[in-house]
Amino acid sequence: MTKLVQWLCGLALLGTGWATLALDPLGLHLPLPCRQVLWPFPVYLLVAFGCYSLATIGYRLATFNDCEAAAKELQEQIREARADLSRLGLKF
Amino acid sequence: MAAASRNRARDKYSVLLPTYNERENLPLIVWLLVRSFQESGSNFEIIVIDDGSPDGTREVAEQLEKIYGSDKILLRPRAKKLGLGTAYIHGMQHATGNFIIIMDADLSHHPKFIPEFIRKQKEGNFDIVSGTRYKGNGGVYGWDLKRKIISRGANFVTQVLLRPGASDLTGSFRLYRKEVLQKLMEKCVSKGYVFQMEMIVRARQLGYTIGEVPISFVDRVYGESKLGGNEIVSFLKGLLTLFATT
Repeated sequence: MTKLVQWLCGLALLGTGWATLALDPLGLHLPLPCRQVLWPFPVYLLVAFGCYSLATIGYRLATFNDCEAAAKELQEQIREARADLSRLGLKF
Repeated sequence: MAAASRNRARDKYSVLLPTYNERENLPLIVWLLVRSFQESGSNFEIIVIDDGSPDGTREVAEQLEKIYGSDKILLRPRAKKLGLGTAYIHGMQHATGNFIIIMDADLSHHPKFIPEFIRKQKEGNFDIVSGTRYKGNGGVYGWDLKRKIISRGANFVTQVLLRPGASDLTGSFRLYRKEVLQKLMEKCVSKGYVFQMEMIVRARQLGYTIGEVPISFVDRVYGESKLGGNEIVSFLKGLLTLFATT
């Protein structure tokens, strides 16, 4: 099963669940407050996901390590390497 | 126990270095590789796959072969620029190691992490060990805010859509068991960044185990815009293709 199919199945499941409860085709007549919450539920989910995405990306951006030490170390090692390679006979 | 350690002593690591115009960097990366392997005591070879670089990369490679020996530096050049995937295939045909390490030749990947890859691989008996910039004390140097945003954003979208079980999918600093890499190369069809992503996704599909090691990525190509609109569009297209087909 591809990821796309998984997503479609999941969305279909959630979609039918929501439609059954919110649009009331079976005539179950849930209490009004429940239906008032259920009706805009997909939009709530979308907004919640949007907020989660922004927060996660923001957090990961803030904790993205800057490798200053690695860059300095590399510069030093480049000098060392060039000296050693010249000694070994490399013509740059 | 004795048999296991004898087997370990027979492990050999083949480093595949596809190069194009790396005349300046090739001696440096080879020097760092030789030093890392000597310090860790592992058996190794470095396979340089030069795609007919016009800047004299091949001449420098030949000098390195004389200095370090043709059992350690293998030159397997090609006539012209033919792409990364085929470079790996070409390199593997000449590899005598049972493990393959792929990395960039421009010093953005540091060989000092290779002993950690090796250690991690033995620790979990992993089929693949992937270097990650996004976890632990992994990170980057030389990226501005815009680049970082794009990187984290793209990675987030990839994680949501593909749930790959690895934190850094577009990274190209990895250790593979040779037979695993061969199997994956048969199955992968994408190019560029997406190719590296596809390897991990297919590996998971085939049930291979993946370990991760935090690495530092030192981007020294300042001022060169490596992430234009075109690259982003082709990345998204490739991602959606993987989403729909795997």
